[in-house]
Amino acid sequence: MNDLLPGFADPVLDAQSAFRAVLEAMSRPGRIVAIDRLPEAPVPLMPAAAAVLLTLADADTPVWSDAGDRVVAWLGFHAGCPIASTPLAARFVLATGAAPALDALDPGSEEEPQFAATLILQVQALERPMDGGPEARRSESAAYADKLGSGWRLTGPGIEHAHHLHVIGAPTDFLAQWRAQRPLFPCGVDVILCAGTRLAALPRTVQIEEG
Amino acid sequence: MGVLAHAGADAIEDRLAGHALPGYRRLRGPETGLVMLRGRAGGDGAAFNLGEMTITRCTLRTEDGLVGHAYVAGRDARQAELAALLDALLQDPARHDALHEAVIAPLAAAQAARAAEHARRAAATRVDFLAMATMR
Repeated sequence: MNDLLPGFADPVLDAQSAFRAVLEAMSRPGRIVAIDRLPEAPVPLMPAAAAVLLTLADADTPVWSDAGDRVVAWLGFHAGCPIASTPLAARFVLATGAAPALDALDPGSEEEPQFAATLILQVQALERPMDGGPEARRSESAAYADKLGSGWRLTGPGIEHAHHLHVIGAPTDFLAQWRAQRPLFPCGVDVILCAGTRLAALPRTVQIEEG
Repeated sequence: MGVLAHAGADAIEDRLAGHALPGYRRLRGPETGLVMLRGRAGGDGAAFNLGEMTITRCTLRTEDGLVGHAYVAGRDARQAELAALLDALLQDPARHDALHEAVIAPLAAAQAARAAEHARRAAATRVDFLAMATMR
């Protein structure tokens, strides 16, 4: 309790701005959105993940987190959310280290698919191939290019043709897990990827393949 | 905290004037909002919503790492902040006695005097219902 940090500087406007960013990210899957009004987040919480949780979590949404007591105390104080004891019982699941498997989270029910869990997954970096980021850096660092891999090709509602996204630090079997939850639709888990101050969303409707 | 909740910001500030106060960071607020007051008839009835009340709350942490909270009625942000600061400082054994003597005790005495004066004026118009008392 003694190392508690402040939350949003302006709770109303900052949360509205973060909500707008999450809405933008969810409606355009895979698009990277930056949040500019960020709270001071306790380690190991990234600023973007902290902003998302302060914006979305409240007394009605149990949160499960692997980030330790300091983050739990901070969330409990600022968001007032109950803390779930298992990932299955949580409405928001925060993964800062090894993420729980998607099938270990609540996918909602046929009658109420909107009550599915949302996984907030912290990754090392999010890159979009078009902005010259990885292409430019590929020549600089071979190791970085190796880590980058071939990237993801996203299709589905909200994407006109296809959208490309490079995610560094996602679980290696993430795409297999994602494909495995497709048949559950309209149930399924939504994912918000956070890296530093930026985020990208993967709503359950999106299809991901390598390439 | 009850004494601070009933004291105005100016009164608290006057009492604090001579004290060296440590720096602090606001963790939350001061912010004004509504709380739902819940009532219970006779102590064993079902809880019901009595109404909403305006409160101002503040939480802060001093440089020494002490966290203080305050919820006060009304919308006086400065009062909530000072009450939270005193809540934090009074947890410090080195400061507790001096602050208690300088701030809390005089405020409590003033409030008690005001309540006694009020009771004295009300007592002048008091009626003893002897008949009712003897009928029991």
